[in-house]
Amino acid sequence: MAKILAVDDSASMRSMVAFTLRGAGHDVEEADNGQAALDSAAVHKFDLILADVNMPVMDGITMVREIRTRADYRGIPILMLTTESNPEKKMEGKAAGATGWLVKPFDPDQLLATVNRVLG
Amino acid sequence: MSKVDLAQFHKAFYEESLDGLDAMEQALLALDEGAEDPELINVVFRAAHSIKGGAATFGFTDVAAFTHVAENLMDEVRSGRRPMAKAVVELLLRSGDTVRDMLSLSMAGQPAATAESQALLAELSAMVSGHAAAPVVAVAKAAAAAEAIEGWDIAFRPFDYLLKSGNDPARMFRELEALGPLAVTCDASKLPALADMDAESSYLGWTLSLDAGAKRAAVEGVFDWVDGDCDLTVTPRIAAPAPVAEVAAAAAAPVAAAAPRAVRDPAANSESSSVRVGIEKIDTLINLVGELVITQSMLSQFNDGVDASQLEMLRHGLAQLGRHTRELQESVMSIRMLPISTVFNRFPRLVRDLAQKLDKKVVLDMRGETTELDKTVLEKIGDPLVHLVRNAIDHGLEMPDKRVAAGKGDTGTLRLEAFHRGGSIVVEVADNGAGLNREAIVAKAIQRGIITTGEGMSDEAVSDLIFEAGFSTAAATTDLSGRGVGMDVVRRNVMDLGGTVAIRSVQGSGTTFTITLPLTLAIIDGLTAAVGDEIYIVPLVSIIESVQVKPDTVRSVAGGGELFRFRDNWMPIVRLFDVFGCAGQRRAVDEGIVIVVEGEGTRIGLFVDELIGQQQAVVKSLEANYRRVTGISGATILADGSVALIADVTGLVRMQARRKAA
Repeated sequence: MAKILAVDDSASMRSMVAFTLRGAGHDVEEADNGQAALDSAAVHKFDLILADVNMPVMDGITMVREIRTRADYRGIPILMLTTESNPEKKMEGKAAGATGWLVKPFDPDQLLATVNRVLG
Repeated sequence: MSKVDLAQFHKAFYEESLDGLDAMEQALLALDEGAEDPELINVVFRAAHSIKGGAATFGFTDVAAFTHVAENLMDEVRSGRRPMAKAVVELLLRSGDTVRDMLSLSMAGQPAATAESQALLAELSAMVSGHAAAPVVAVAKAAAAAEAIEGWDIAFRPFDYLLKSGNDPARMFRELEALGPLAVTCDASKLPALADMDAESSYLGWTLSLDAGAKRAAVEGVFDWVDGDCDLTVTPRIAAPAPVAEVAAAAAAPVAAAAPRAVRDPAANSESSSVRVGIEKIDTLINLVGELVITQSMLSQFNDGVDASQLEMLRHGLAQLGRHTRELQESVMSIRMLPISTVFNRFPRLVRDLAQKLDKKVVLDMRGETTELDKTVLEKIGDPLVHLVRNAIDHGLEMPDKRVAAGKGDTGTLRLEAFHRGGSIVVEVADNGAGLNREAIVAKAIQRGIITTGEGMSDEAVSDLIFEAGFSTAAATTDLSGRGVGMDVVRRNVMDLGGTVAIRSVQGSGTTFTITLPLTLAIIDGLTAAVGDEIYIVPLVSIIESVQVKPDTVRSVAGGGELFRFRDNWMPIVRLFDVFGCAGQRRAVDEGIVIVVEGEGTRIGLFVDELIGQQQAVVKSLEANYRRVTGISGATILADGSVALIADVTGLVRMQARRKAA
């Protein structure tokens, strides 16, 4: 069981991710934008962060850049939930310090497979 | 297949998409008025982007395909490749409407793509420059022929920063191992002296040998996240010279994400089945229930009787219980309350479209959007408001040249305001247009046979004529108001909600419609009054005051009615025992008491035996339990268990008016 932060401004996407991960026995916190994610990460110690790219208040790329400046999150896996129409976002996310990505749309099986890939 | 049923998220997706479309529409309207905030463009982009992502995830492929193109268009605007021209705003506004329709079709389990949506999609696609629809579902790189491959040799040396990105070589090797037997050799030659070592840097390199004829895509897929962060060579080991067969890439293509569309229960997505509640309201509720539990346990110690020394404590406990019950009730009621902005939000678009169509200049001034109303009331007040707003723009506000000729600015103002007044919510729709035309209304009313002459009628009485059934104003033939809905329907709808509509018009300077609505439909504050053996409840909101009438202030009029003088006005007395056919004990006017009530701007006096007191009544529907009764809006149960009927003041006023007319 891992402690995972799901960040997405879409409540339905967030619920789907959280529900799927909880079903697999993980402990999931949710945040609806990058700033909320940073706040949550300051309180909890996450083993993995899944973050959408386009969000109000603070986008996912900025969030990754910010969170990598924190000593305790330097090597923690962060996956960007990105869309195929934005391949350049993958590279931008990686440059900001993301571990990898999961391309939207994904189904619960693909989500679990990818999460297992980083959690080992 | 995972056991997660995606259908459970459909409703949340639908609701947030509608919110997104609303936000998008508001942003577009602001942009249309020349606002230059880049965040507005982001809002529009994000709405399209989120809906596309969700629609694709939850299996609404038609919606996903449509919003994909809208998103591309917005991406061009966002990146500065296209100006936010009027035509773009127009097209996106229409797209928003279409997506809204497509979503409701999808939710109803019907195909979302219609001829209309396809036509608009074509328009959108035509606008997006060099439109190349990137497929929503990923297509894998073509895999190389794999049949003859018996293994892979991999040389992998991460750059020193690789670990900081959260990628772990050990994990990647485990992934490779899942493909087949793996031999790993580590090259530690670049490892520095311990003193120079940075724990977060990567110094090692590996050569790996995979003894399995896996596909190249699968092997390279393990390294896709570190592409560019390492030196990597992947070489196939070919067994014997064998013909390299062309292998279809299809096998390697990722699983299409389209989930099977679940058969939807039509009852499950009925509009009114859920209400979104702020977390602080829930917290208050939980808190109150906690307090109640404490009070209950405190009171439970009196189970075995009370002795005199404990009386004070018992009284204290009961007072606490009373207070908490009241607070709990208020708190529960507030859960049904939503800000009126949910209704007001549709008006900027409506006003813009109407003004454009009519070549009028209109500024919409909305106030008090945070005023909260019962959800049921909110759902039903939308249509009457739309009608009033349409009317105000169509008939109330003048053309710019006419306004200038009348010495006014060429731009008319439409004010939409909500506020609390006493126990009611007041919603006003006011325009600074020409005001009602007395002569035209009188002429029309005569033509329709509603009245025979306008002479002697006060301005208020003339204004009220427009609420009469069968009265429709001259311009009702325009395509804007020709919807078969007249002001009489507006009034009826408002009255069904227990509210009233009043009209105030000043010739040359404008018309104001004032809708007064109850805060909630479920509970009323009422005055209990006895009529014979029965108890009636008169809603407090309708009561002006209660008076004892002296016989010498009462006049009989032709037709058997009675009038009494109240503050220099004559008003009819309605004896409740007459109306409801019960045995009133007191028949003489000075034996009982008259409750002066107002409905639809008209005052009447309700004659009852006596006043008993004031109390809150939980309204039970008479219609649901018995049948509709004129003059009665519902029933309630009193503290002693008996049933009391709730007087419908507006209904009684209308009964009186009909009796007068007869």
